[in-house]
Amino acid sequence: MKFRSIIPFIVLAVLLALPPVLPRYYLYLLASIFVTALLATSLNFILGFGGLLQLHHAVFFGVGAYTFSILLYKTSVPFVVALMAAPVAAAVIAVLIGWFCVRLRGLYFGMLTLALGQLVWAIIYRWSALTGGDDGLHGIPLPESLSSLKAAYYLTLAVLTVCMAILYLILKSPFGLTLMAIRDNPVRSESVGINIRRHRLAAFVISGLFAGIAGVLFVIVEKSVSPSILSWGESAEIMIMCLLGGLTAFYGPALGAGIIVFLSMKVGTYTEYWMLVLGITLLILVLVLPQGILGFVQDKLFKGRAVSKEGWGANASG
Amino acid sequence: MLQVKQVAKAFSGFQAIARANLTVTKGQVTAVIGPNGAGKSTLFNLITGHLRPDKGQILFKGEEIGGLPPHAICRKGVARSFQLINIFPQLNTFENVQVAVLARYRQSNKLFTPARKLVVEETNEVLNKLDLYPYRERLCNALSYGDQKVLELAIALGNQPEILLLDEPTAGMSPEETRTIVKLIKNLVQNEGLTILLTEHDMDLVFDVAERLMVLHQGQTIAEGPPDEVRRDKAVQNAYLGETG
Repeated sequence: MKFRSIIPFIVLAVLLALPPVLPRYYLYLLASIFVTALLATSLNFILGFGGLLQLHHAVFFGVGAYTFSILLYKTSVPFVVALMAAPVAAAVIAVLIGWFCVRLRGLYFGMLTLALGQLVWAIIYRWSALTGGDDGLHGIPLPESLSSLKAAYYLTLAVLTVCMAILYLILKSPFGLTLMAIRDNPVRSESVGINIRRHRLAAFVISGLFAGIAGVLFVIVEKSVSPSILSWGESAEIMIMCLLGGLTAFYGPALGAGIIVFLSMKVGTYTEYWMLVLGITLLILVLVLPQGILGFVQDKLFKGRAVSKEGWGANASG
Repeated sequence: MLQVKQVAKAFSGFQAIARANLTVTKGQVTAVIGPNGAGKSTLFNLITGHLRPDKGQILFKGEEIGGLPPHAICRKGVARSFQLINIFPQLNTFENVQVAVLARYRQSNKLFTPARKLVVEETNEVLNKLDLYPYRERLCNALSYGDQKVLELAIALGNQPEILLLDEPTAGMSPEETRTIVKLIKNLVQNEGLTILLTEHDMDLVFDVAERLMVLHQGQTIAEGPPDEVRRDKAVQNAYLGETG
């Protein structure tokens, strides 16, 4: 086994060993990073590997979080049912939005994800009776066993690990290979007998499903939801995480999520101009590391796959 | 096997194809020739579903395929290569062909089996046939231009088509690379019983491999038949062959 493939296991072992020695604040910070890492990885599934310009991925995260919260807060369905229903709801919304979007290409695809996503946001924002409107829902009742921070930490880490493993398997499967082929060359893919619309829709739904799972984890860590989690700005932040870590590296978005969440919490305690720091980070990134941190490392250290120097734009025509 | 009847296609007023007719017989090499802008590529795009005909019929094994989406036409057994290199640049040589083989076996949607374990033999067979096996691990961006054109052919063969459409298979190739392609085409027809429809600028190649010609001029079929007959055709000499002597 190559050193490179052991790294994720080392990271996992360290993360498993940390809770007893870490202060609460850092446990919370790491749990937040796990949630966001899953969200970013699910976005990159279609952004980096599917070549689809998904501009409003936070919608599925929000739908998952809200479904879970509303079921626990307003109904008496068993916890497990709420747990299962949330990702399913996110996937259903992904089918509805995706069905329209996969008909379009490039930037038009992106604009439609944004428009339809904003529609979902508006519904959640306005439907106060159900969603709590601008205030959101607070004090979501969770089972005793999950209410401690340590339990939330371990649960989010476990779910993140399992989900990352599944997404990794999918990318190595014929489905994943075909998805990358469509990203590289949609016209040719059609010519070898691939139904590219259906394939893209399936990828879109898978990515929405995993974002929905991340939404559930968010509620378990935060015990509250508000419309800001599916705002346009949130979607942009997730995309920046993907770019920062590297679109072509599987672990890139998770790394990007770690850096952005860490910085936003740290910088947030010193200044209210977090967005300024984010902007400068993005500027440096685009100028110095267009292929992202892990993309760069893959290129230089591991002599991995040559990353397209044109970056995402090269694939955007599809 | 393939019949094109009175097909027409216009692009916002410009009549790219006006009246195209073509019959392709099983096991033969048929070539569509004509000056630049005659509509050869448009005709190909109509047959493979990348364009939808305005009028006329396209029959494959007696079944109407005009207007079907490209992936559906491919699944019926019609594969093509492209004039410009049209491969999957970020995949390696093996994966480029594997994508097509997976699609042929309807395995593109498998979610949890590692792709590296599937259709390996079938893919290697195609690579061997075209002498690409030594480059199987290589990222296809790193292949020479000639090898990329051969890979272009390999992807199409990965579909194990009944009829193969080759759009300018030797465009931009050196004489030596052209000879390789000619050998491959002859081999595919004689040993594999493949039916081939091609367009080509190189007249020597056309008269070398083609058993039947169709001449397209300003979107219209002006002649169709065996090469010698077409060569003697007055209209053809005026429209096309006359230019090159």
